[in-house]
Amino acid sequence: MKFVGESVNRVDGIKKVTGSLKYVDDLKMSRMLYAAVKRSEYPHAKLLKVDITKAEKLPGVKAVITGKDVPNRVGLYLEDKTFLANDKVRYRGEAIAAVAAETHEIAQEAIKLIEVEYEELPAVTNALEGIKSDAPLVHPDLGDYKWGPIFFPEPGTNISNLYKIRKGDIDKGFAEAEHVVENQFFVPHIQHSPIENHSVIAQMDPEEALTIWSSCQSPFAVQKALSVAFGLPQNKIRVISPAVGGGFGGKAGTTLEGIVIPLAMRVKGRPVKLTYGREDEFINSFVRQGMHATIKTGINSDGKIVAVKNTFVWDGGAYTEYGVNIVRAGGYSSTGPYDIPNVWTDSVCVYTNHPVGGPYRGFGMSEIHFAIEQNMDILAEMLGITPIEVRRINGLRPGGSNATGQIVEVCGLQDCLEDVVDKLGWEREEKKPSSKPNIYIGRGISCGFKAPSMPNNVASSAIIRINEDGTCQLLVSAQDIGQGSDTTLTQIASEVLTIPPDKITIKTGDTDYTPYEWQTVASRITYCAGNAVVKACQDAKDQLFELAQIKLGVPKEKLILADEYIVAKGNENKKVPIKELALGLSMEDGSGIHGPIIGRGSFIPPDVKNTDKTTGQGEKPTAFWTYGCQGAEIEVDIETGKIKVKKVASSFDVGKIINPKLIEGQVEGGILQGLGSAILEELILENGIVKNPNFVDYKIPTADDMPEMIISFVENPEETGPFGARGVAEPCMVPTAPAIANALYDALGIRVNSLPITAEKVLKAIKEKQ
Amino acid sequence: MKHKINFILNNEEITHEVAANRTLLDVIREDFDLTGAKEGCGAGECGACTILVDRKPINACLMLAVEADGKEILTIEGLSVNNKLDQIQQAFIDHAALQCGYCTPGMIMSGKALLMDNPSPTEEEVKEAISGNLCRCTGYKKIVEAIMEVADKTNSAR
Repeated sequence: MKFVGESVNRVDGIKKVTGSLKYVDDLKMSRMLYAAVKRSEYPHAKLLKVDITKAEKLPGVKAVITGKDVPNRVGLYLEDKTFLANDKVRYRGEAIAAVAAETHEIAQEAIKLIEVEYEELPAVTNALEGIKSDAPLVHPDLGDYKWGPIFFPEPGTNISNLYKIRKGDIDKGFAEAEHVVENQFFVPHIQHSPIENHSVIAQMDPEEALTIWSSCQSPFAVQKALSVAFGLPQNKIRVISPAVGGGFGGKAGTTLEGIVIPLAMRVKGRPVKLTYGREDEFINSFVRQGMHATIKTGINSDGKIVAVKNTFVWDGGAYTEYGVNIVRAGGYSSTGPYDIPNVWTDSVCVYTNHPVGGPYRGFGMSEIHFAIEQNMDILAEMLGITPIEVRRINGLRPGGSNATGQIVEVCGLQDCLEDVVDKLGWEREEKKPSSKPNIYIGRGISCGFKAPSMPNNVASSAIIRINEDGTCQLLVSAQDIGQGSDTTLTQIASEVLTIPPDKITIKTGDTDYTPYEWQTVASRITYCAGNAVVKACQDAKDQLFELAQIKLGVPKEKLILADEYIVAKGNENKKVPIKELALGLSMEDGSGIHGPIIGRGSFIPPDVKNTDKTTGQGEKPTAFWTYGCQGAEIEVDIETGKIKVKKVASSFDVGKIINPKLIEGQVEGGILQGLGSAILEELILENGIVKNPNFVDYKIPTADDMPEMIISFVENPEETGPFGARGVAEPCMVPTAPAIANALYDALGIRVNSLPITAEKVLKAIKEKQ
Repeated sequence: MKHKINFILNNEEITHEVAANRTLLDVIREDFDLTGAKEGCGAGECGACTILVDRKPINACLMLAVEADGKEILTIEGLSVNNKLDQIQQAFIDHAALQCGYCTPGMIMSGKALLMDNPSPTEEEVKEAISGNLCRCTGYKKIVEAIMEVADKTNSAR
């Protein structure tokens, strides 16, 4: 292959290093208005009065809206939210009213003039409490809501989804197991913390056509949700995502668009902009859900796990329109990448009066693996085998079966495990103690896996147009949110058409002009959009061959593409440049046929089917699985309790590397994000109030935190992937935190069962051990 | 009340009137449409607004525009001279030292400031110089490598 597998420079490099790329907040429009939002002061309260009369009278205020203006409930999987609160508020910070004004300052001033009277209600601030039968109800009307058929809310409770796995015979499994142990773990809420805060501009023109410029991962999903919410036809809603300054899931689905649009509808012709500040970003954009895990395991003395019973209770927050699917993913992945015959899992999404849980890089996998992978080490120690050995014994192999009973065909987990063990040399070299008496060294390993958690039939499409000079425009709505899809999709097109990347311009994210893409989420773009690009290019190629066979007098089947030419196989002198056919074939008599070459490709992952509603068992519940392993070496200072991560080795089975330089960078970023969640990050919630909504009190990793990173890959091709590729964007952060936790145990014999593993927790654990 | 200030912005002499309470970031973004510097936090915690004032990196969100009077300001937009990328910009592309690109202008300006002050930094010095610039995408490794490559090139050219 000539272009796929090469470290091509990013196609968006120049505009990003020169600062010339315009993100949404960089856009300025004539007569633009600025929006501000009135937010709830209580985690749970009835709204007795929302009085906007004073705000409306403030000079410079052009529109004020409340929940009454947006009564329609929306949601990706479960329609449980309105864009502004109606009747009651369900978390502190929830939007109650919004203002559009001539300046940002006037908008802020107007917000202060909005008078709200509340009647405080008892709040649910812990998912384990919220699940109890006497808990206050966050959504008493849950039974009236609409949801997708693969979700199982329980009206009359705070449970918005209960996803079950029932594989084999759990009672028999435990009865026959030689050892049975139970462990508990907790993962707190964290924040995506993209450096770009959410930003949106909306403008409605006099003919009721709406244009939205949004920093969003999913222009078409936004278009659809807004169409439902505002009763506008989709052809009248144009969503443009000009650039996204980091997403990590936080800009999936719809976020603040629904607040700005009703304002824009009031002030037709004038664009209205809303940009979140950092505090808003921490509290009022999606957060990663908290999760309580209980894992009971039955294992035999030979190291084989025979039964596992998992209860995952997720703190979904005030609205779980998206979170219900994270909980589903946590359910069907609940064994981790291990082959276990008897499995019982309840994965429960619980409404609380906390900020709204939503998609976050890993989509539940980082959370469950923190529990599963520490549990594996606990089991290994109990049996006196190494953490590596217990994973060799139980780790999935081709022909094995996962939690859904699916027989996995392609599975490089064991290759990745051996790769990491080899790179770190742990089985060759004993650990050397530190020369400093207060520093202890630890080594920890963790496996991980993830599938794209998406509806079975999500669609992608691509269009490729060939210009007269042989260059191309590639159109997709997969969004480059930093992961590099503009570059890799270009490389894929180059490979099929033999046209180099610098001759292909990729355009994305404009629902009026670029073709449908479900969402840029789920580590699915290389696979799904990649397949659509392959198909579009093959379609173009087919059209070119139709014309070339006339031109060259060589049948189609005997034609190939080579270096921008259509060439007769075996007779390289018989050829025609692609560009000559770009607008159709000109005949010798001066007539022409066919017209411009426009390739189109559509793709839906093949044969992905629902699982059984009561057992969660199925033949092929996901498009693919990505497996991998990471090992971490850490230093712990027993005087301060501080952990320094010194080295992380990573290996993932990605099927086929499209761009070595980009995939390496993506994994490095995933490791740092995992490291942040391991030792630094927690959204501190007290009585429903976020206590640390800024980068001083909520630290994310800096360059100082960077460990040595050894990045490698395994390439067992994905049969249905473009050139064999599968996704890795999320999987690569999944094993990092548990590997660090396991390294801590290796260093000091202490286990911290909750994230983040702060210095305070380490010191406390050291003290308790003594 | 507005104040008249004189400063050099990307090699151009400027006279401008600003209100006393406006930040330099706000003024360069809103009045001059130089939007390479970003507001990520508005509190000097993320470094996305890093620009150079008299060759020193500063968080433009924390500096009042009136303080720019008499100063020389360089933003990411002024770094490429005659449409030719600065070495550090090219190095960021070559090393894939950027992903979403939102921290990139600030990161490059911090790196540039370091190299102007210390053309042969150690890796530790590079990390320290960019430790006030948050990046959520890259894991920093390729950023450090990109800046080190410019330093190495400068050294070997001597």
